[in-house]
Amino acid sequence: MAHAPAQRHAPIGGRVITLPFVILAAFALAATFFLVERFVFGLGAVTNLSDGYPWGIWIAIDLVVGTAFGCAGYAVALLVYILNRGEYHPLVRPALLASLFGYALGGFSVLIDLGRYWQGHNMFLPWLSQYNSVMLETALCIAAYITVLMIEFSPVVLERFGLKNVRRKLDRVLFIFIALGVLLPTMHQSSMGTILVILGHQLSPLWQTQLLPLLFLVSALFMGFAIVVFEAVLASVGFRRPMETFILNRLCVAMAWLLAGFLIVRMADLVFDGDIARAFTATYDALTFWAETLLHVLALFLLWPRGPRPSAQRLFLAAFMLLVAGTLYRLNCYLIAYHPGDGWFYFPSVGEIMVTLGIFSVEVMLYLVFVKKLPVLHTVEAAYREEHAAEARERPAPG
Amino acid sequence: MDLNRRRFLTLAATEGAAGAAVATAATIAPGAVAQAQDLRRDPKPLPPDAVGLLYDSTLCIGCRACQAACKEANGMEAEVPARYAAWNAGTWDSPTDLSGDTLTVIQVYQHGTMEEKDSPTDGYAFVKRQCMHCTDASCISVCPVTAMTKDEGTGIVRHHPDRCIGCRYCVLACPFGVPRYEFDDPFGQIQKCELCADVPGQDVPACADVCPTGATLYGHTETLAEEARRRLATRTGEAYAFPRGVLLRAEDGGDPVTDRARHEAPMGPYVEGIYGEHLLGGTQCLMLAGVPFTLLGVPEDVPDTSYASITEGIQHTLYRYMIGPILLLGGLIAFAYRSARQHRPEEWD
Repeated sequence: MAHAPAQRHAPIGGRVITLPFVILAAFALAATFFLVERFVFGLGAVTNLSDGYPWGIWIAIDLVVGTAFGCAGYAVALLVYILNRGEYHPLVRPALLASLFGYALGGFSVLIDLGRYWQGHNMFLPWLSQYNSVMLETALCIAAYITVLMIEFSPVVLERFGLKNVRRKLDRVLFIFIALGVLLPTMHQSSMGTILVILGHQLSPLWQTQLLPLLFLVSALFMGFAIVVFEAVLASVGFRRPMETFILNRLCVAMAWLLAGFLIVRMADLVFDGDIARAFTATYDALTFWAETLLHVLALFLLWPRGPRPSAQRLFLAAFMLLVAGTLYRLNCYLIAYHPGDGWFYFPSVGEIMVTLGIFSVEVMLYLVFVKKLPVLHTVEAAYREEHAAEARERPAPG
Repeated sequence: MDLNRRRFLTLAATEGAAGAAVATAATIAPGAVAQAQDLRRDPKPLPPDAVGLLYDSTLCIGCRACQAACKEANGMEAEVPARYAAWNAGTWDSPTDLSGDTLTVIQVYQHGTMEEKDSPTDGYAFVKRQCMHCTDASCISVCPVTAMTKDEGTGIVRHHPDRCIGCRYCVLACPFGVPRYEFDDPFGQIQKCELCADVPGQDVPACADVCPTGATLYGHTETLAEEARRRLATRTGEAYAFPRGVLLRAEDGGDPVTDRARHEAPMGPYVEGIYGEHLLGGTQCLMLAGVPFTLLGVPEDVPDTSYASITEGIQHTLYRYMIGPILLLGGLIAFAYRSARQHRPEEWD
C-alpha cells in the first residue's frame, strides 16, 4: 500500500461467504420463520410469555444483556475521548461497530416484543409522553443513542467511499456526538436499573434496591470493557492478528477497580438493609445470588493485576467470566428473581430461543462483513496480517 | 512519539483515579443508601370524588353472578379451562384467574376439610379480584405513552388502547397482577376493570349491581371505608342490615345513600384491618375478610408507600429540570473537544 503509513484503519478483506457465515445465516432464517408466526398468530403462539411473566428473554437477554454487551463503544469512548487516553484509539472503531449492532438489534427485539407495535411510534409523540415513565426516558435515550452511534461510525463509511469533504465537515462537530455518545448510555443504562425499582416486593430483596440505577450503570461499564477485551482477543485469534496485550492489560486494571466498586456498593447496601440474611436461606434466590456473586469475585480475582504481561488466556478468561457474571446479574434482576406470585412459571420457548439466537447471528454476520469490507480495524495489524498471509501462501491454503 | 512516556503517566493516573473512586464509593455507600430512602416524592391524595368497591369476603356466597354480569356488560367471551373442556362446551363460563377475557373473578381459599366458611383451618373463603384503582397507581407511573390515566374526579384508572404500544410494563409492575394482555391475539390489547365507566346504562358497576348479598358494594371510597370501619366495630354474630349494590356519600353530609333493600345477616367474623386502606399508598377498592388477607393471594407484607412515589422520586432527583444531564453533557463536550483537538487524524490535516 502506497500511503500505508498515513492510513490508520483498513478493511481486512477476505471472502464474506464462509462456512461460519452460512451457519449463522441458517440461524437467522430459522428466526425469521418464528417471527412470521409471531406476527400472524400473536405473541402467545411463539413465546411462553404470560401475564405473570410479561417480559421474557427478548427483553431480558436481547435488550438488557444485549445493550450491556453493546456498551463497548460507551466504555471505549469514555476512555479515549473523555479521559483522553489516545493509546486505546485502535479499539474505538471495532467497539463502536459492536455497539451499533448490539443496540440496533436490541431495539429490533423491543419492536417484535411490542404487543401493539403498529402504535409503537406513540413513544415519540410529545403529547402522549408520560414524563414519570422510566421506560419513556430509557426508550428515547436508546433510540437517540442508536442514531448517535450511526453518526459516530459514519467516518468509517465515508472513508471507505473517499468522501473526504463530508468527512472533514463531520470531523469538526464529531466531538458533540462523542459527548452525546457518553451521556446517553450513562442515562439509559442506569435507567434500566430504575425500571425495576417500581416492581417493589415482586423483585427479591437481594436485588431490589434504590441503588439499582448505580449498579446497572457500573455493570454496563465493566461489561462494555469486557466485550472490548473479549473481541480483541477473539479477533486476534480468528483473523491471526497480533494481540494488543499491553493495552488490554491496562484495561483490565480499570475493570478490576470498577468491579471492586460494584461489589462493595452492592454488599454494603445488602448489609445496611439487612437483606443479606436472605442469602443464607435455602431458596433458589440465595442459590442464584451466590452464583452471581461468586462469578463476580472470580472475575475480580482473574483481573487483579499481578505481572506486567498477563497471558492472552487469562485476559480472555477474565473478560469471559465478567460477561457471564454481568449477564447473570441482569437475568436475575429481570427474570430469575422476579416473583409475580404463585402459579406462574416461565422458561423460554424454542421460538423465543431461536429468535434470540437468530438476532445474535445477524449481529455476528454484520460484524464480519463490516470488518472485512470497511476500514474498521487498525492498519498496524492489517500490515502484520499481510506478512502472515504471505507466509500462509507458501503453505497449502486453509479450507 | 512520546507514547511510552505518556503511557506510563496515564497508567499512573488511571490507577490513582480509579483507586480514589473505589475508596470514595466504599465510604459514601452507606450514606448514599440512607439518602436514597429520602428520595420519595410526596404521596398522591385520594381524588375528591373517589369511587370504588367494598368487597366483604364474609358476605360472599361464591355465586359468581358478578363474574357473569361483568362479562355481559363488557362483552367478553366465556372461558373454559382445559381441564373442563371435556364436558363444558363453552356454555358455562369458568375462569380461574383474571385474563384478557375476565376483568373480575371470584377465587376461593381452601384448607383441610373445607367445612367452615371464613376459617383459616379446615375452612374456605372467597376473594374477588379486580383492579384496585390505586390512589397512586404503578401502572400509570410506568406507562410511557399515557395509556393509563386516572380520572381527576372519580379516580377510576382508565386504559386507552388507542395509545397503548403493548410493552406490558403495566402488567409487570402492577403489585396486584391486574392488567392482562391478550397474548393469543395478533392484535391483542391490555384489559382491566374500569368500574364499568364506559358501559351504557351501568351507573353502578355490573358486579356490584347484581351482587345478591351486598358482598360487592359500589360507592365513594371514603363512604365505603366508613362502612367497613362500622362493620369491624360491630360484634360478631350481631344482626346487621348490609347495604346492597350502591352506597354513596350523601350530598348534605348525612347518612350514606342506598336505594335498595338491605340484606339482613349476622355480622361475620373479621380479621383486623381494611385491605387497601393504607397499603401501597391506598387503593380505592377495599376488602374485608374473615381469614388473613395473605391467604387470599393478595400482597400483604408491603409498605404503605406507593412504589410509584419511590421510582418517581429517584427519577425526578436525577433528572430535575434536566440540570444534571445538561451539566454532564457540557463537561463531556469540553473533554471530547480537547481530545478531538489533540488526536486529529493526520490524513485530513
